[in-house]
Amino acid sequence: MTRAAPPAELTTACPEVRPATPADAVAGVEPRYVAAPATEEQASALLTAAAGLGLAVLPRGGGTRLAWGAAPARCDLVVDTWQLNAVLEHSAGDQVVRAQAGVPLAALARVLAEAGQRLAVDPADEGGGTVGGLLATGVAGPLRLRYGTPRDLLIGVTMIRADGAVARAGGKVVKNVAGYDTGKLLAGSYGTLGLITDATFRVHPAPAAASYVSADYASPAAAAAALLGAARSTLVPSAAELDWPGRGAPVSVAVLFEGDPEGVAQRAARLRDLLAETAGAQARATGTSPGADERPRTADAPPPWWGRGAAAAPDGTVLRIAFWAGRLADVLGAIRDAAVPAGLDPAVSGSGAAGVLHAALPPDAPPDAVARFVVGLRAALPAGRSSAVVLHAPARVAAVVDLWGPVPSAGLMQSVKDQFDPEHRMAPGRFAGGI
Amino acid sequence: MNRIATELGPALARICGPAHVISDPMELATYECDGLTAHRCRPALAVLPAAAQEVAQVVAACAAAGVPFVARGSGTGLSGGALPHADGVLIVMSRMRAVLEIDPVSRRAVVEPGVTNLAVSKAAEPYGLFYAPDPSSQQVCSVGGNVAENSGGAHCLKNGFTVHHVTGLEIVTPQGELTWLGDGTGAAPGYDLLGAFIGSEGTLGIATKVVVRLTPIPEAVTTLLAAFTTMGAGGTAVSDIIGAGILPAAIEMMDALAIEAAEAAVACRYPEGAAAVLIVELDGPAGEVELETAAVRAICERAGAYEIRAAQDAAERAAIWTGRKSAFAAVGRISPAYIVQDGVVPRTALGDVLSAIADLSARSGIRVANVFHAGDGNLHPLVLFDDADPAAGPAAEKVSGAILDLCIEHGGSITGEHGVGVDKARYLPRMFSPDDLDTMQLVRCAFDPAGLCNPGKIFPTPRLCGEVPGVRRAPHPLVASGQLEQF
Repeated sequence: MTRAAPPAELTTACPEVRPATPADAVAGVEPRYVAAPATEEQASALLTAAAGLGLAVLPRGGGTRLAWGAAPARCDLVVDTWQLNAVLEHSAGDQVVRAQAGVPLAALARVLAEAGQRLAVDPADEGGGTVGGLLATGVAGPLRLRYGTPRDLLIGVTMIRADGAVARAGGKVVKNVAGYDTGKLLAGSYGTLGLITDATFRVHPAPAAASYVSADYASPAAAAAALLGAARSTLVPSAAELDWPGRGAPVSVAVLFEGDPEGVAQRAARLRDLLAETAGAQARATGTSPGADERPRTADAPPPWWGRGAAAAPDGTVLRIAFWAGRLADVLGAIRDAAVPAGLDPAVSGSGAAGVLHAALPPDAPPDAVARFVVGLRAALPAGRSSAVVLHAPARVAAVVDLWGPVPSAGLMQSVKDQFDPEHRMAPGRFAGGI
Repeated sequence: MNRIATELGPALARICGPAHVISDPMELATYECDGLTAHRCRPALAVLPAAAQEVAQVVAACAAAGVPFVARGSGTGLSGGALPHADGVLIVMSRMRAVLEIDPVSRRAVVEPGVTNLAVSKAAEPYGLFYAPDPSSQQVCSVGGNVAENSGGAHCLKNGFTVHHVTGLEIVTPQGELTWLGDGTGAAPGYDLLGAFIGSEGTLGIATKVVVRLTPIPEAVTTLLAAFTTMGAGGTAVSDIIGAGILPAAIEMMDALAIEAAEAAVACRYPEGAAAVLIVELDGPAGEVELETAAVRAICERAGAYEIRAAQDAAERAAIWTGRKSAFAAVGRISPAYIVQDGVVPRTALGDVLSAIADLSARSGIRVANVFHAGDGNLHPLVLFDDADPAAGPAAEKVSGAILDLCIEHGGSITGEHGVGVDKARYLPRMFSPDDLDTMQLVRCAFDPAGLCNPGKIFPTPRLCGEVPGVRRAPHPLVASGQLEQF
């Protein structure tokens, strides 16, 4: 590919434009130019110019999850948000923060921590993630049980449309039902509807204390019962996670309590009793005796596997499996049943009590075996009430697997895309349903 | 009979049964308004379907005939969102009120849209669970209406809104097709159409099944009532509670005029001489609630509370809430008519905005009673006037609009939970630019290109679909030439 100098239309709109290099490739597709607007005005002018030139545009934040999703069908211009890196407003008294898309999550966390606050979303730290990337991929970690995903904390957003128009939705107050909440559509949209330039989030007080109650179980069913018991209790856990490194390995669970130190200690103690009771009941029901390692223990720090999620196999294949939490034991069984005939042994971990698990396969897993596993798993999961999405996979796996799988209301999603981006120039082909 | 009734009546009667199609003008009068009675409009026809399939067929019939339609739940909305269309069909969802499924282990329920909000919690109670969003009208308001309005309630400060508690919807699209948005998991792949649909005020389709998240009933609840001699002192207490990192289930505040009205209406016996009362509810694990209750008490005392009451049981809790929950209706005792506003301001601006409202009231001579969700800055100023005086209504409307301007100036919103509806459509451009509103309507065009689904709500200037994105600066040529009508 020739490294053509960016056209004058782009350099006029945005001073920071350069020819792309192979390092800028997105899932193997090399763009022509990379631009880094420094202001909202520049971003708008840039997308207006790109529209005039008919360029396919792909937004980029920290690049940590750029390999997620399908390879773009076209990619001419990467818009890097690194210069949009200001925390625009942090009103501690209102528990609200507005930050530009390129603000690194770590930098945002530092600003909030100074006021004793946090953004209560904790995806696996893959290094250098940004506010815009968080929103565009919609990722969440263990705290999703109590606080949901980025869309649940988002209260306002500014986007640049494919035609360059600047559009805001929501605002900076938590309670607000004025107009359509288009921020919800942008959350998890993989850059296919527009460029996010800033986002406003509700933030929460950072807890004074944290306590993790852990136990290991010989059977997935016993682990599921423990986890779901914790979630249904009145103990208000912030997270309830599971880790199953492979068939034959015990299933570990860990439950997080946060808040006042004294209260947290009380709740942790009460959960230990509850888990012991649940294990006893399970043992009686199955006629087995609980193993010694089922004795629940408490720690101030998370177990090493905590919140690994999508980062469990950075260069391998990772699926996100969502389901109604009550089916946790069935879903663990379905994963095993789909993996055995494919000759695979995925590492499973995630927010079992919130109905979200990750299944990770190593980079050298044969592509056809992964494909068999994914197809088998989707067929075995509860119909209409579950999904299995391949978040990322090596190129040769992605080539033979339907990454997104079936999507409810795909027709309506296509209509939304057609309205926002009629020429299909925003990250085309990356998203669910071929969008 | 009107033209619509003649044309569509027989088809709708075949779908829902003749007994469930209403064309008699007297009977239709029942449906001419929702909770915002200032706006009234009799629909051409009303129809009461009993199943999702019937709703789909009714909508398909409307779509084929190019007739607008409006869905109505219990009709408790406060922004005219369920105001019928004079030349359209009103689809009343009240016959679809079954709780279809409760899955206590998944903490989910599947319900029909006409079921009341409170009925969902009652059905979940035997499992130790409840449905968290609790608008004041929860005894009568429908879950479908809650979905349309993204309803909150006094406890949304801690628990969030409808959008945080609905994980799946079966809807009838404006073309009359049944489809699902979300799959109940809260993590369905693709665009979050579910999140966009919730709070779209009935303009994107009609929900026919709702999957809701259920929450464990808190182990302990305490309710405190604190009385202050100034609004400022009450406001200080609110800031200090939040500043201490405490997240109460609810923090409500009433001013002297609102208290006076509540006393007149329900004799709630709030402490005498209070210029402000604060209601703080804390819930959660027993140990922590106890600690937090002590902390909130101390904060209120430091802020100058001269009396603090704590409810010891459900009856005492109900007594404390009676005054607050009756406040809207109660102002009827001290004023012949009133306008309820729903503006929101950042919590830290509450003090400034309340004194500005007081100035506004003093300057205009129009009384304003303040009842509000202090924890999230959601004001409900009640602008009082005498509707017998023809000049009073417009004057009150002016004050009301000025209050919304105050909210916007302070970085807030014109509506926190009541919705835009027909009532506040004209104020929406004060909050959003033409491009903002145009972009929102792209969603409308994706769902309802014909513009038949609850037309005339939210957006002051409807967008014609099929245009290239870009702000419309003149009437559409087809509209200008009279070839096309815009609902």
